[in-house]
Order: sequence, then C-alpha cells, then structure tokens
Amino acid sequence: MITFDRVTKRFEPWTAVDGVSLTVEAGEFCVLIGPSGSGKSTLMKMTNRLIVPEEGTIRVDGEDIATLRPEDLRRRMGYVIQNVGLFPHWTVERNIATVPTLLGWPKARVRDRVSDLLDLLKLDARRFRDAYPHQLSGGQQQRVGVARALAAEPAILLMDEPFSALDPITRGALQAEMTAIHKATGTTIVFVTHDMDEALKLANRIAVLDHGRLVQFGTPLDILHHPANDTVRDLIGREDWGLKLLAVETVGQRVRPEEDGAIGAPLPADAPLRQAIAEMVARGTDRLPVVDAGGRPAGVLHLSDVVRS
Amino acid sequence: MPHRPILHNRVALLLAAAIAAAALTLPFLGFAPNRLLSGRPVALWAALVGPLDWLVLLPGVVVLAVPFLRPGRAVSAAYVAAGVLLAVGLVWLAGAQAARLAANAAPAARTSFGAGFWVMEAAALLAAMDGVRRLGLAPAWRIAVGAAAAALIGLLLASGRLDQLSILREYANQRDVFAAAVARHAVLVAAALVPTLLIGVPLGVLAQRVPRVRRAVFPVLNVVQTVPSIALFGLLLAPLSALANALPGLGIAGVGPVPAVIALTFYSLLPIVRNTVEGLDGVPAAVREAARGMGMTKRQIFWKVEVPLALPVFLSGLRITLVQAVGLAAVAALIGAGGLGAIMFQGLFANALDLVLLGAVPVIVLAVAVDAALKLAVSLLGRRAA
Repeated sequence: MITFDRVTKRFEPWTAVDGVSLTVEAGEFCVLIGPSGSGKSTLMKMTNRLIVPEEGTIRVDGEDIATLRPEDLRRRMGYVIQNVGLFPHWTVERNIATVPTLLGWPKARVRDRVSDLLDLLKLDARRFRDAYPHQLSGGQQQRVGVARALAAEPAILLMDEPFSALDPITRGALQAEMTAIHKATGTTIVFVTHDMDEALKLANRIAVLDHGRLVQFGTPLDILHHPANDTVRDLIGREDWGLKLLAVETVGQRVRPEEDGAIGAPLPADAPLRQAIAEMVARGTDRLPVVDAGGRPAGVLHLSDVVRS
Repeated sequence: MPHRPILHNRVALLLAAAIAAAALTLPFLGFAPNRLLSGRPVALWAALVGPLDWLVLLPGVVVLAVPFLRPGRAVSAAYVAAGVLLAVGLVWLAGAQAARLAANAAPAARTSFGAGFWVMEAAALLAAMDGVRRLGLAPAWRIAVGAAAAALIGLLLASGRLDQLSILREYANQRDVFAAAVARHAVLVAAALVPTLLIGVPLGVLAQRVPRVRRAVFPVLNVVQTVPSIALFGLLLAPLSALANALPGLGIAGVGPVPAVIALTFYSLLPIVRNTVEGLDGVPAAVREAARGMGMTKRQIFWKVEVPLALPVFLSGLRITLVQAVGLAAVAALIGAGGLGAIMFQGLFANALDLVLLGAVPVIVLAVAVDAALKLAVSLLGRRAA
C-alpha cells in the first residue's frame, strides 16, 4: 500500500505536484494519467525517491520513505522507463540480474530467477540469455526491461510510460502481458501514461492529474460515466466516449439469461462489449451466445441491450 | 554487350602509378663520397645486379597488375602479400646495393635512400593496408599485417645485411647514445602521462558533472593546445628558472627534462579531458536513470556503468595524447631534455640528413606502435559490446 499525504513538489517557478493525497491499495493496478506537465511522472518518481517532495509524506506499507536509505527503497521496487535503459555492455542475463546481484542473492538462485523471468516475458532463454541489448528489437528490449524490474520479486512495480515508444501491435502484446503478470503475481503497480485507451485497458483505478493536482481518482467505469471536469472529458475524447465504454464494459454485464435464440461460436462473459460488436458485424447478426468462465451457457447478448445505456 | 570495366580499383591504380613513376624517374638510392656531400643518384634498374635482385620485382609486378584484375578474395590476399613483400624487398635491395657500392669505395662513402625508395616503400605499405580493407577483415588484422612487415624488416636489420646503408652507418657511430635516447624519449612520454592522467581524468569527470567547470576548463586547454611547442618551452623557461633560484633544493631547472615534462603535460591534458567528458556524456540518460532507479549507489553507477561505457572514447583520447606526446617530445631536445630529438637536431645542425633520419624514424615507429596498440585495445573492447 502506498499513501501520498498532501505531497507537493516545486520546480521553481512552477509547481509540478500540488498537495496530492492518494492511496494505492496493495495489489492494485493504479494508472496515473494526465496531459504533459500534469505532474504524473513526478508523483511516481517520488515513490522511489528519485525526486524528493518539499512537503507532505509518502508511506509504503505504513513506513515513511523519507526515513529509508534511497538505494534500499529502490531495490524493493521495480522500475521501468520509456527508453528502457538496459545496460548496453551487459548481457540480457546480467541486466535482469541487476537488483538480485545488488541484494547479494546466491548465484544459483539468480540464474533460476532469470530463467523464470525469461519464461514469464515469453523470451526464449536459449536465444536471449547471453544476447546483448543492441541485438534485440524495441519490444524485446522492453520485455527484458520489465523482467529486470520484476527480478527481485518487488511488492511494488513503477512504470513510467513504458510502452509509449513501441508500435501499436507490440504495445498491445505487452499490455496483455502486464495484465497477466499482474494477475499472476499480485504486484502493486503504479503505471504512468498519457494514453486513455491504455489506462482503461490496464487499470483497476485511474488517477487523473492536471497542473499538479489530483482531479479524479476512480475505476475506469467511474471515470467514463462521471468525468469530474473538462480535462477528464478531453482525455477520454468527447467523440469516441461510446467506444471507450464498449472497451471497458463486459459482455456479462448486458447478457440476457435466455436458453436459445442464438447460434454460432459463443463469446466469453468477460470479453469487452467492443469485441461483441466486432463479432456481430463480422457475422452479420444481432445476437450472440455467451458462456461463463466455466464454458457453461450464460445466455444471449442482444445488440439492442448493448446500445441501451 | 555488357560494359566490361578494365579498371577495378582506383586506389590500386593510383598506387601502381606512383610505384611505376617512382621506379622509372626517381633515384632509388643516393651515393655520396662522404656524409656531408649530396650524392649521385642510383636508379632502381642499376641496383638490379644478381638474379635474386630481380626476384624483388615479382611482388612489384603483382601490385602493378591488381588494378586491372577482377576483384576477389584471392586477388586481395595476393595484394596484401605482394605489398608486404615489396616493402621488405625494397629495403633488402637497398641494403644489398649499399654493400656492393661500399665494397669498391672509400670508407667515408655513403649510400642513402632516394626519393624513389620512399615513394615505393610508402605505396607498397598502403597497398597492403588497402588489401586488408578489401578482404573485409577486422582492424586488428591491419595491425597484424603491419607488425609482420615490421618484423621482417627487423630480421633484415638484425642480419647485418643493411649495415652499409648510411642511416645504419650513423647508427654505428651513435650506438652508445641511441639506446639511451630511445629510453629517454619513452621516459619523457611516460613521465608526462602520469600527471596528465592524475590531473586530466578527475578534471574530466568534474567538468562533465559541473557545467561551470566545463565552461572554464576547455577555453584554457584549447588555447594551450594552440601555443607552438617551442614557444611553450620558452614561456616555461622564465618561471621555472625563478622557481629553481627560489628553491634550489627541488632539482628543478629552466631547461632539461622537468620543463619538457611540464609542457608535454599541458599539451596532453586537452585530449584526455575532452575524451573523458565525451565518453561520460555518451552514457545514455536512460541508462543512468535506470541505474539509479534500480537502487545502484553513486559509486556503483560510476564504476559499473559509466566507466565501462566511457572507456572506448577515453582510450581514443589516450591514443591521441600519446601519439602527440611522442612527436612533441622530439622538440623537447631543444631545451636539453634529450631523447630522439637530440639526435635529429644534431643531424640538422651538422647538415647530416641520415643522422636526422636516425632520430626521426624511431619517433615514427614509436608513434605508429602506440597508435596501433591502443586502436587494438579499443577494437577489442568494442567487440564485447558494440
């Protein structure tokens, strides 16, 4: 759990973060979003003391981080940045092993951990373990960057626009990977982005910042249904609000518990409505069968139910 | 009908033309009754006496033919071999002819290298290097080929077959001072390197971190670099003499090795400081940020990340510094610092050109050897993490 209590940071003459109070629950995937200069990155970097606030306190699991040695604090948290920053003179293995080595893990344990992480990030160990960063594509480099951040099994993972520099397909793949990793490890993730689609896709809760102030903090549905002000509305994008909603709401929320009336391959209940619309258009139908997580029939999704709000 | 170029390699053609022109029109050697008079020219063909002499022309023919051959690995390999053999063969031929001329002349007679020899020798070595490049081999191979040529010429020197050449006759006269001069030259360079590194590296690290220091340091070092070396020796004369008078116990004097080392240090600082700064500047900001974010201490970031990443650029600075210092140390002889410059100036003042060469050739060999060794080090580092 991370608690920000009236945290302020100034870069004279301007105030980057202005009295922000915010609590990120343990195991939560929290996305910080806002226009450039909103202070989202600064707020995140104060969590591992890369930036020190002038006022306010930050607590991690109840402990005031100002009382800790910065290096010890940082080794407890994973850190991923947009430009990856792999060490170019070290192999992939040594890069991933950075923090475990700093913590003095035994060699065998480090080696096993690197193998597990390469598996987790879907990198072939035989091919990549001894490769140098310049031999990797941008997406592969950031996979190594994420593996490196997770290496010492941190309770908290900080990610600063990690996928912004990647092409859309690679970005989509890595977003899916992050959702899976979050589910599998239960790591608390603080993720900075300026891309609302990315925020809606990944977040349990979204914190919207503007001019250093916290404008809104809520679930993706909250943000979409009750935007606090025009800044939030602008971030969502006024024209494709409906499409954003379809990406967040799931089939299960609109399904009718009917026994029959729809044919064809069924859709899982946790699929986004957006996928259901795409299927309806592709199949030329206005009804789709739905199954629950166990694969049992859960009813029928009607187009009219999707469009009613 | 497809166009068939007759010419395949412009560099090789240029070198071939230079060799052909030098062989036909320039004197291969000069033969003089004594060391002070200018000699009468000896053409290349006049030096071809025995059948073994004609053998030297064989690699020459290959070098002349290469521009007209279809390029390929075999041709390039032959080009390398022919270039090296021609360079060594020309030296051998000059030595053999000098011995023949000495047999029928007064003891004071001298045989020196002529313009034709120098042009052909240079072109032959360039041909070998061009061949290495065409073979697509790593830069380390260029050094290996150069070392092979140097080793073969060294064997000729050791065998005594070159002893009648004027430069070696000068060597025979200077035998007792030559080794000392080489050693003194190396000591001057090494002695300047120690304060250069002790001052230059910390100054470079500081300048890279503190913009104010950077703004102050570089204008000063740039100005120092533009002061002519003789002028700098002169400028140091007065303050060092004053210092010597004030503190006689220090062993400092206005002339001699101490001011030479001080001046060499001043010149050497710029490349070291500049390349230290550039090397550290070249560490990507993202790498630094990641290192900090991982929880590395400042000391760990410096030694584990910044130093290894800055090392290749730093070593190029060291290479520039050393090559420059080897050359400048020759001028230091003017203020009585000794070294190979002393032999050169002795030759200049006596108007004995071969004595000048006896001082200059080792300076060149030393500079080329230092250059090659550090280039090799940089390329070995670069291979680990390009």
